Amino acid sequence: MRLLSTFLIGVSSGSIYSLMALALVLVWRSTRVVNFAQAGQAIASTYLGYLVITHTNNYWLALPVAMVAGAVIGALADIALIRPLNRRIKSGPVLEIAPVIATLGLLGLIRSLVGMIWGGDLKQYRAPVSINGFTFGHTTIPFSRFNLLIVFTAIVVMVIFAFVFQRTGLGLALRAAAFQPEIARLAGVRVDLVRTIGWAIAGATGAIAGVLVTPSTSLSPNSLDLLLVLGFVSAVIGGLESLIGAVIGGLILGIGLALILEYVSTSLAFPAAFVVLILILIVKPAGLFGMKRGRDA
Amino acid sequence: MTLQVTNLSINHDAIEAVQDLTFSINEGELAAVIGANGAGKTTLLRALSGLKNPKSGSATWRDNSMIGKRPEDLVRMGILHVSDGKTVIPELTVKENLALGGLWRKDKTDVAKATTEVLELFPKLGQRLAQRADTLSGGERQMLAIGRCLVARPELLMLDEPSLGLAPIIIEQIFTALNDLRKRTGLTVLLVEQNAMSALEIADKGIIINLGKLVAQGAARDLINDPTLQAAYLGY
Repeated sequence: MRLLSTFLIGVSSGSIYSLMALALVLVWRSTRVVNFAQAGQAIASTYLGYLVITHTNNYWLALPVAMVAGAVIGALADIALIRPLNRRIKSGPVLEIAPVIATLGLLGLIRSLVGMIWGGDLKQYRAPVSINGFTFGHTTIPFSRFNLLIVFTAIVVMVIFAFVFQRTGLGLALRAAAFQPEIARLAGVRVDLVRTIGWAIAGATGAIAGVLVTPSTSLSPNSLDLLLVLGFVSAVIGGLESLIGAVIGGLILGIGLALILEYVSTSLAFPAAFVVLILILIVKPAGLFGMKRGRDA
Repeated sequence: MTLQVTNLSINHDAIEAVQDLTFSINEGELAAVIGANGAGKTTLLRALSGLKNPKSGSATWRDNSMIGKRPEDLVRMGILHVSDGKTVIPELTVKENLALGGLWRKDKTDVAKATTEVLELFPKLGQRLAQRADTLSGGERQMLAIGRCLVARPELLMLDEPSLGLAPIIIEQIFTALNDLRKRTGLTVLLVEQNAMSALEIADKGIIINLGKLVAQGAARDLINDPTLQAAYLGY
């Protein structure tokens, strides 16, 4: 029972890591940028969600508001920051690193703005359903209705992702623009627009992660930083290119960390994440779902 | 004149890869641009398809400027470019690669019709629809790249060395298919080739360039029979 319940808790937190990893992978695939600002975009969106909750007491209104905010912030980050940098810098050592540094700057900027508006103190809001663990007979496990809701929400998001990416024209354009932007352009895909849509979807996904994780912790200008790191670890475990990899990576990390926290030590969570990462990369250097290359032309 | 290129100069890295080039093609013609490696052929096509900005000069398609437009805008003007080498998206299936070509078009009925026509033109693709494009042979990839453009119902099709690295029998298949297609549809084709003989055999017009400059242009059959050109540029 203890093992099962630890496993379930791992799936729940892993779902949130998966969402963050999905957001990071999406941006990586569409613009080849390691987006540190994702935590900032998510925190700003979550604060807006918090604002909705404090005024309406309605979690289910806060979630879509945060998602829309996340999408808008994501699109703006691409249009105002990444696009001009890519347009101006054509080659050289700065080419790849400049956008990454810019996202670090954006992370700092958003944190400061959030701190100026809402202050640095910890905010809290309640989960929409009970956070008390399920009880079976006389045993109560840590896994709650809210954990179940997190897993369910993550599944819904992933099903929508799978549908959009595999079954729609937008998904085809997103994949084509990610894999071979020049050929996509020559096929008529408006690659700049598609990339911005990728940033927007990532922003909305990060916002969901922020809104879901916050009731179990608390909200402050840097409260999602750990989630960003764990999201990156999950994304890299999954191979960084693969959406399925991001989901599996998040779940592996969530379950792994839950087991370590339960059976080893609660103070080991952060280093343990990197132990899991390094072990997996030693066995599979390209990540679990790293791109397979077929025969060359 | 349907395609008119006037005094076009294009830089590639530090060198002027195309210098003051002027030529034209009529509606429905197949023109072959012939030249050795480094003659500026690829640079020329990249400028005509919006991948590169020329230094000076002009290029018009049916009196509309092609310069300064993005590739995706030129596609919407009916100008399609099969770029050199890896012209398919390896991570996508054959079916998805074809679908990509028609994604921007509103008339989905005609996209479906055009796709069927491509599969009739290149039946091999039909057997491989669900396979990833990187499992295809070089010839099949070239057919897929051309097929993806045809789904967009091009009016001007520009091909960069479609014969490169292919076996003679495959080259012949592809060139025959192209020739049939343009005779049937009135498509204008700009074919860039090192393989001078195969290209000039199906071309109406030949444009020979060397080190970025125009050497000769004229009816393909005249160029084939010109002894000085044969020795210097046609490689036989």
